[in-house]
Amino acid sequence: MSTTTAVGTPSRLGLPKWAAPAGVAVVFVAAYLVFRGTGTLPHDKEAPQFLAVTDLREWIDDHRNDNPLFLYFLNYIRLFVGALYDLFQTVLHALGWPGITGVMGALAWLAGGWRIGLLAVAGVSAFGFLGLWQHSVDTLALVAVAVLLSLAIGIPIGVWAGLSGRVRRAVTPVLDVMQIMPTFAYLAPLALFFHIGAPAGAIATMIYSIPPAIRITALAISGVSPTAVEASSSLGATRWQTLFKVYLPLARSTMALAINQTIMMALSMVVIANLISAPGLGEEIIRGLSRAQVGIMLPAGVAIVIMAVMLDRMMMAIARRGPHTKPSKIDLVGAGVLGAGGLVLIPVLPGEWPESWTVNVVAEVNDAVLWAETTWYPVTTFIKDFTTYALLNPLEGLLTSAPWWLVALAVLAVAWRVSGVRPALIALGCLLAIALLGTWEHAMQTMTTVAVAVLATLVIGLLLGVAAARSPRFSAVQRPLLDAAQTMPAFVYLLPALALFETTRFTAIFASIIYAVPPVVRLVEDGIKAVPAEVVEAATSAGSTPGQLLWKVQLPMARRAILLAANQGIVMTLAMVVVGGLVGAGALGYDVVLGFSQRTDFGLGFVAGIATVLLGVMLDRITQGADRRPSPRKRMST
Amino acid sequence: MGDSPDSAAITVEGLWKIFGSRAQKVLDSEDRHLEPAALREKTGCTAAVRNVSFAVRPGEVFVVMGLSGSGKSTLVRCLTRLIEPTAGEIRIGGEDIGRASPARLREIRRHQVSMVFQHFGLLPHRKVIDNVAYGLEIQGTPKAARHARAAEILSLVGLDGYADAYPDQLSGGMQQRVGLARALAVDPQVMLFDEPFSALDPLIRRDMQAEVIRLHREVGKTMVFITHDLSEALKLGERIAIMRAGSIVQLGTAEELVGAPADDYVADFVRDVPRSHVLTLRWISRAPEPGEPLDGPEIAAGTVIKDAIAVASASSRPIKVVDDGELVGVVDRVDLLTFLSGQDIAVKAGA
Repeated sequence: MSTTTAVGTPSRLGLPKWAAPAGVAVVFVAAYLVFRGTGTLPHDKEAPQFLAVTDLREWIDDHRNDNPLFLYFLNYIRLFVGALYDLFQTVLHALGWPGITGVMGALAWLAGGWRIGLLAVAGVSAFGFLGLWQHSVDTLALVAVAVLLSLAIGIPIGVWAGLSGRVRRAVTPVLDVMQIMPTFAYLAPLALFFHIGAPAGAIATMIYSIPPAIRITALAISGVSPTAVEASSSLGATRWQTLFKVYLPLARSTMALAINQTIMMALSMVVIANLISAPGLGEEIIRGLSRAQVGIMLPAGVAIVIMAVMLDRMMMAIARRGPHTKPSKIDLVGAGVLGAGGLVLIPVLPGEWPESWTVNVVAEVNDAVLWAETTWYPVTTFIKDFTTYALLNPLEGLLTSAPWWLVALAVLAVAWRVSGVRPALIALGCLLAIALLGTWEHAMQTMTTVAVAVLATLVIGLLLGVAAARSPRFSAVQRPLLDAAQTMPAFVYLLPALALFETTRFTAIFASIIYAVPPVVRLVEDGIKAVPAEVVEAATSAGSTPGQLLWKVQLPMARRAILLAANQGIVMTLAMVVVGGLVGAGALGYDVVLGFSQRTDFGLGFVAGIATVLLGVMLDRITQGADRRPSPRKRMST
Repeated sequence: MGDSPDSAAITVEGLWKIFGSRAQKVLDSEDRHLEPAALREKTGCTAAVRNVSFAVRPGEVFVVMGLSGSGKSTLVRCLTRLIEPTAGEIRIGGEDIGRASPARLREIRRHQVSMVFQHFGLLPHRKVIDNVAYGLEIQGTPKAARHARAAEILSLVGLDGYADAYPDQLSGGMQQRVGLARALAVDPQVMLFDEPFSALDPLIRRDMQAEVIRLHREVGKTMVFITHDLSEALKLGERIAIMRAGSIVQLGTAEELVGAPADDYVADFVRDVPRSHVLTLRWISRAPEPGEPLDGPEIAAGTVIKDAIAVASASSRPIKVVDDGELVGVVDRVDLLTFLSGQDIAVKAGA
């Protein structure tokens, strides 16, 4: 009954459903044409907001050793983290390459059998072969410190959040914002408070990698069978006994996932932290990026991927283990021999990886890249120019020449329509804050790049996701690739982009597409596969063609998953586009990088970092409500 | 009932449990008498247990029966304050549970009352023996002693040889035996069972019911048994409390429930019970009519009716129903047939 009235409403008015949005769009176009060029907010490098922050930094640097906040609090944190880093670094260097190889191999063997052990031995040796032993050990030490601190803080909070709904509700919004913050945004404030160097890098990495430690731990704890908990308290266990004998053991395998995610996040951040002078592989990568020399960064990129894969396989092996499987005797003996062997060889073999065993490929890689650039020049240039002239330039022109209030109104309207009042107001607030910060024009440019990248990401992601959902064989081929892609630290994707497109705006777009496509594909595929088999069967038995099945049943029912994929895609794309500032994406990302390299531009970089966060929150709010809105079917019946 | 509270293992007086932020307010107002749906509509609170009182005798098997949502699981959790009651008094072994400090409450849970759960609640990362010994472990019993005790209990519940298995290697019925053993291992005076067999297959359920009857005979614990299965209640319960919407609607022996349901709800519940399996001759015996021969076979009044059928078929004489050697009445073939045919709906109600 109610359905008929709902359906009947538009027809009674005699207007099709798209009339209202189209009308609004026409109004906006008209307003743009009338007011074009007025109310724009052009970029000013010397804006007072930037200068104020630069002055603040000067002041802090002058008073780092006499202000009580620094003297008695922040400096101690820095010293503590620094000491921890030194400790790890000293131990790792004392172990030398035989020791590290043996110990890592033994740990990996215990975690997941001899195959994983072999992988670890090969992985550690690869650091040496690539000529990156020293850098790899530094990175390993930095990651170890960051992950250790993340877990030491994150697991207790996560356990607390898992046990208490109130804590969970308090923590979740904070984590939500942290997870959409681009990596760059963390760096400037940390440099302000903790200066630069390894401790600041470790703290930045820790903050960046803490959300999964908290979130997944909370999930693991709240997922523990309530009956087991109740049984324990019915036998008179104290809260601590129940925590240690029931909650933690039962949450173990999920918590291994939390640790794994934390490590993976830390590995992506640890490289970027080189911008605030954190040591390690990031040095090579950032150097390669800033000189646009793929040859320099490729070995370091490969090393970090190897590190990621090695640690990922170890943690996943632990996570997958049954609740009560223990390593067999053979595994214990094998791992013991490997570990002891490594330790015994420390005095015998040199601690540094021998120079003669390394391969230097810088020149070869640079040649290969040059070859690729020249050979594929017509193709890559066509793609690049087409995107630039057909999409980027017009859109950027539109956004930067439109009055700021018109853009704000448009954001408000779209967010309201898609997500509702509250998210719309938050999005509007973020946009206005961007304007007040003096980063309007650059934010609009960054938004242009993000929009184009998201469009491409969604098209590709949908196509691949649908294909995978419909063909099990395609899915079987694609899955391992997606898994591998998701283990890789973010900036690794800049490598092929840089190799193909040099330093342009398009480079960042290309990198963010290959970065964001895998999760989008996965969400779309899972969403379509989650459509109940009975519904598909019913549609098929009614004589639907595969195309009808897709358009009329599977895609509409997977709507939520697809919208979630869009949201994810946008957040990830923004993160990558900002990092793309290193390779010519310009705008906010470049401002951030500039802030680190030019002392006088620190304020600009700092503010640009904040602006990227605001932009991220805004884009997230515009789209996040989409998957919470009732499905169209539900809307009709109310 | 008629037991003085002192001699009872458990007494419950005026117990209330209202879920929701305004529980106390609801309890103090007239709203507490509202129907559950109306109460939730008006206050957002749910009254799971409403003014429940009963006493369990030492060594008794006391069954609380009701459909899902009737509040029976909440009731049993209130007994050891796994769920904090809103109001009312609970005494176990004479001790006021409501006033017990957290430490004292733990002592009670550790030594006096243990519980068996519907979904077992076993710890998958521990061997069977360590699951059984869990209660002793948290009391601080040394490993050798608790393992010895656990092994003893495992053989009592028929799980010899499974000490080193892990729970997920056992069938559902065996897992619940582990749950049973865990509850028994701490040697409690009272055992609480929260629908322990509803997750099991019918055949295994029957075995486990027999197991509980056997254990009760061997160890003689006081048992409070929650179930939604009437036949289980009738089989196990010396007395049965039927719950509906948080209140006890009738409390009595199986015979009283089936023979004299307190209201339509209970009557509806017990309608499909084969009454000849539950009711005794007492319910259908009548005074001998004048001239009726009284030389037939004698049967005790407490005999279940179906067991009298064989006797009646062997002798055409009316059966003499005796209680302590005294004649309480007679039953003849016609009486039995009338009863079995279901015409005699109004058995001597309330007799």
